Amino acid sequence: MAAAATTETGARPSRAGRRWSIPAVAGTFPFLGYVAVFLLWPTGIVVVDALKNPNGSWAVSNITELGNPLVRGYFIGSFKLCLLTSVVGAVLGAVLAYAVASGNPDGVVRKLYLSASGVLAQNGGVTLAFAFLVLVGPVGLLFHASWFYQFPWGIGLIYTYFQVPLMVLVFLPAIDGLKVQWREASESLGASAWQYWRYVGGPLLAPAFLGATLLLFANALSAFATIEAWENQIAYVVPQQISTALSSEVGLSNVNVADLLALGMVITVAIVMTAYALLQRRAARWLR
Amino acid sequence: MSKLIAAAKQEGTLNVIALPPTWANYGAIIADFQKKYGIKVNSALPDGSSQQEVNAVKTENGTAKAPDVLDIGMAVALANTSLFAPYQVSTWADIPAAQKDAGGLWYQDYGGYMAVGYSSKFGTITSLSQLLGPKFKNAVALNGNPTSANAALNGVMMASLAEGGSASSIADGVSFFQKLKAAGNFSPVQATGATIKAGTTPVVFNWDYLNLPSYVGVSNWKVFIPSNAVLGGYYAQAINKNAPHPAAARLWEEFLYSQDAAGGQNLWLEGGARPVEQPAMSSNGSLNGAAAGKLPTVSGTPVFLSATQATDAANYLAANWAKAVG
Repeated sequence: MAAAATTETGARPSRAGRRWSIPAVAGTFPFLGYVAVFLLWPTGIVVVDALKNPNGSWAVSNITELGNPLVRGYFIGSFKLCLLTSVVGAVLGAVLAYAVASGNPDGVVRKLYLSASGVLAQNGGVTLAFAFLVLVGPVGLLFHASWFYQFPWGIGLIYTYFQVPLMVLVFLPAIDGLKVQWREASESLGASAWQYWRYVGGPLLAPAFLGATLLLFANALSAFATIEAWENQIAYVVPQQISTALSSEVGLSNVNVADLLALGMVITVAIVMTAYALLQRRAARWLR
Repeated sequence: MSKLIAAAKQEGTLNVIALPPTWANYGAIIADFQKKYGIKVNSALPDGSSQQEVNAVKTENGTAKAPDVLDIGMAVALANTSLFAPYQVSTWADIPAAQKDAGGLWYQDYGGYMAVGYSSKFGTITSLSQLLGPKFKNAVALNGNPTSANAALNGVMMASLAEGGSASSIADGVSFFQKLKAAGNFSPVQATGATIKAGTTPVVFNWDYLNLPSYVGVSNWKVFIPSNAVLGGYYAQAINKNAPHPAAARLWEEFLYSQDAAGGQNLWLEGGARPVEQPAMSSNGSLNGAAAGKLPTVSGTPVFLSATQATDAANYLAANWAKAVG
């Protein structure tokens, strides 16, 4: 295919579009400006302030604070919670998305699931935590979950409530992309259902699945209001400790520590993204 | 005074911050001030913390929406005196000397004692150690994270005093909560009026004025102040030295420290808080006796944390709290 395309005369001239033409570059300005103002600038402030003292002088040694066992504890807590809820959310969400995809594409059930997922994926914060607290907390109306305050189980359950629908939303297009013909082809060649998923469906969906899981991971990493409403007397995860560093009224507030913790979160996401890129390359190797 | 009123009316606006309307009667205080002087009160971030008040003074410095006046915890007040303008209200002499900065940079306003509020379904609580018993499963909550919220730090300190510790060390309080956690009785949920009504936080450590049945909105709610651990705490007022409405800010302080029947001191008292001029007003007869009679009774000698004791406690908590109860 690729060879055929390049021999067609139309393919080459289109490459000329790669040269910098002024209207094309100008078209990217709003995007670049947006990224600069809302991503690069704040990140720059975080990085710079993380390496300063409260009095404004440079203190690059601050970075060693990230190795402090207390600080490490918040990152381990965040990591546990994110891993648990992204893996559980991704697996359950993928199964649900597959169930929805195998139904009637114009059916009521699919529409119902999609709109419900759209709403529930955005359902978080105080209202969600309170709903769980009242329903399944230690004095819950439905049942009394004695493990509800055990980190990360109770809060993991609450996060899963918005992780699963988010997975359905982002993973459904990938499943819809699986062509019926592929399945028919593998069946007519004598493949079992297991073989189809092992050699065709699985590899096709793997990159999308990993990407979606990463999205869930990042979603859980930055969530704050929900866990703060679930419990606010101990900091289990990094965003809670950032809040303490910003607003402690007992004399423990330190904006630079908050910046340092935020920098740690940036590094965490960078590591996860790198791992994702490597996995993605491995998973999508057959595509190249 | 009349000049001050005229100047304040000229400014027409007052910016306050972190004053929850249900806290210490602030809803009525703000409404009465607006009505009395015709000055519009902009109330920003009603649920903010003391540190957030100070942050707002810094980040909004020079703008028209910067806070004019602050109501802050002592740790934050003492750490930020360079942001304040000195001022002495006309009732200055009635504020006990230990409760104000001699130069007038800050002055304590109202306070209370750390108390245990609890659902009456538990019967009557007479000592903190009862809370370790099996009927208090998942029941006992603080008001926030003690490394962050002053009320929570004082809750742990009260437990420390009740366990025989001194105000110089909060370690006994931390081990009390560790025992509470081990017994399965510690509830880490943020206690609010909603969680108290829903019954998810049936026992709450908080300042008495935030723990009264009238405040939490639950009628079968009792308040207990342990006689061996009477721990007091006061908030303080201060004026932003770059206040956008300097006259209105000073008039607000005069209103808060007025001993009139409808003045700030009695309004705080009606909200269940103990105004700083209460002893003086009790002797000069201006105190609202009916409101004072409704306050929880206190027996024993009150303890007030010094600045050093509060800092030591905070540092100990920073290193040990999460480890003990996490």
